Amino acid sequence: MAELKVGDTHEAVMVENITRTHIVKYAGASGDFNPLHHDDEAAKNMAGYPGVFAHGMYSMGLTGRMLTDWLGPTALTNFGVRFTKQVWPGDTLTSRAEVTDVQDGIATIKVVTVNQDGESVVEGEAKAKTD
Amino acid sequence: MSDAATESLITDEMRAEIGKESEPWTCEVDKTAVRMFARAVGHTDPVFYDEAEAKKAGYRSLPAPPGYLGTPVFDPRTSDPTFGGRRGSGPGPQPSRPLKRILNGGTEIEHFDDICAGDVLTAKSHIASYEERTGSIGEMLITTTKTTYTNQDGKVVAVMTGTGIRY
Repeated sequence: MAELKVGDTHEAVMVENITRTHIVKYAGASGDFNPLHHDDEAAKNMAGYPGVFAHGMYSMGLTGRMLTDWLGPTALTNFGVRFTKQVWPGDTLTSRAEVTDVQDGIATIKVVTVNQDGESVVEGEAKAKTD
Repeated sequence: MSDAATESLITDEMRAEIGKESEPWTCEVDKTAVRMFARAVGHTDPVFYDEAEAKKAGYRSLPAPPGYLGTPVFDPRTSDPTFGGRRGSGPGPQPSRPLKRILNGGTEIEHFDDICAGDVLTAKSHIASYEERTGSIGEMLITTTKTTYTNQDGKVVAVMTGTGIRY
């Protein structure tokens, strides 16, 4: 397990140029077939969106991958996020982490995932075992 | 201001649902589901795909990646409109006035132990709170749902708190 100290950071590009294929793959894996995420007509007519957008939980899963790639597959004891902006086809997402506290073998990590315009789409906090 | 704008979105029927535990449902964590989820969010670590690699790393089988519990495939008879069920957008009664749009406001998962393929989890959920707010997108109903996952050994392995926004 990684040794972490306050101020440590990590950053990675999680997905480039999201396509409908990425979104549909997540729909199939999660079982979430809300048409807003795969049917442009439904997204426009049911809810007035310009088209389909990715599941919030897809962005959370990507953000989680940044953390497990860095810290190990099951280092997280807590992972909480807010979805701050929708993710659209064509977006490129970068996830960033910063250790804000380490106590009793548990690191608190601030996480943010941003799109290609630097707007945050996911903001949250994780706790991870450091030993 | 019209009556509609001052009336509460939270009906007595909805208030009565707060804290009520759902019927339990079973969530079997299997290798194919873990692999599909891992592939969908782009994992490349072989522990999520190859059981031998997972065991070498000290796991019983493929570990579930973060977020795996978020939207598992339930029994489609109760969660999929194709089979006549209501879409799995959270339990409980709906607001009295039409708030058609739903957004996932956030999710928090507390992990108390590893979850691996082969585990059979029993999930139960309840509505923890309803809250009304007016924001840039108009009036919103914020529903907080808590789901507890207990494994085959009777151990609570995860608690998920979900925030749904209707507007």
